[in-house]
Amino acid sequence: MSFTLIGKKIGMTQIFDGNQLVPVTVVEAGPCPVVQVKSSEKDGYEAVQIGFGVQKLHRISKPIQGHFAKAKVEPVHQLREFRVGADDAEYNVGDVLTVSKFEAGQRVDVIGMTKGKGFQGVMKRWNFAGGPASHGHMTHRRGGSYGQCQWPGEVWKGKKMPGHMGNARRTTQNLTIVKVLEDKNLLLIKGSVHGSIGGTVYVRTAVKKKRSA
Amino acid sequence: MQATIESVTADQLDNSRLNFKVGDGVRVHTRVREGDKERIQIFAGIVIARKGSGIREAFTVRRISFGEGVERVFPIHSPNIDKIEVDRESITRKARLYYLRDRIGKEATKVKEKRLIEAGRK
Repeated sequence: MSFTLIGKKIGMTQIFDGNQLVPVTVVEAGPCPVVQVKSSEKDGYEAVQIGFGVQKLHRISKPIQGHFAKAKVEPVHQLREFRVGADDAEYNVGDVLTVSKFEAGQRVDVIGMTKGKGFQGVMKRWNFAGGPASHGHMTHRRGGSYGQCQWPGEVWKGKKMPGHMGNARRTTQNLTIVKVLEDKNLLLIKGSVHGSIGGTVYVRTAVKKKRSA
Repeated sequence: MQATIESVTADQLDNSRLNFKVGDGVRVHTRVREGDKERIQIFAGIVIARKGSGIREAFTVRRISFGEGVERVFPIHSPNIDKIEVDRESITRKARLYYLRDRIGKEATKVKEKRLIEAGRK
């Protein structure tokens, strides 16, 4: 399985990697304390619950406060659970996961919510071509025909139409880590990462490995 | 968060290279790698633009080479640059000297030199 950290997108910049100026996204990832370890004997499945960020005590309900007290972990802003595979390293409650588990050159997947675009037409949402702008045409940004005739007599399921775009959970796979700054808990990931600045992202080791390393 | 981003690039900035202006005649010593050998190549000309800030800052050098205008854009903080020498300081009335591109002959490299102006000559 994979190793996952909860983080925050800080923004983009460029750094010199060797002699080349490389575009990077700065992600603050971890430190993530392990709050609970779920086992197949007790819970029916293997998972690890980790936290990220700082939360004021009075903003947390009493039952969750007890949950933190049991794990002897400072209250965190976010709690998330990730499945643990058989070949993964063992997790113990109270462990703190940091970016030191990642190294430069490693491939990672980044999971997060994309920026919300609101209700959008088919040209922006599905890259339809639209109609000609002039020469007597009266359809400019419409999607064209929605279907055939008496057969099938309905609009096919999944037909691309206008609607809400963005603000959806997406995964970008196989991004390369350019640099790991352990003292600042920062990861520099090559290229862009979806979602708004300040948004929560999950950084995990790449699930699909490269065929030749 | 902007401060965090700047702290990431801070150690790669070379602030000793910032002491030139648009219009200055410069000699840029660039490291050229040929196989496993490295040598210094000099590109001399007039700085006609400086763009960007921080690690993204770049400058454009224009020179007339065998009658043909040649421009190169360098990232200021690039490790490929050994050093930047300022040959002559100038006084310009524009931030970007793109008008030099339209000029032919002697005029093409003509910018007001600081030392001449200070001496009362033109």
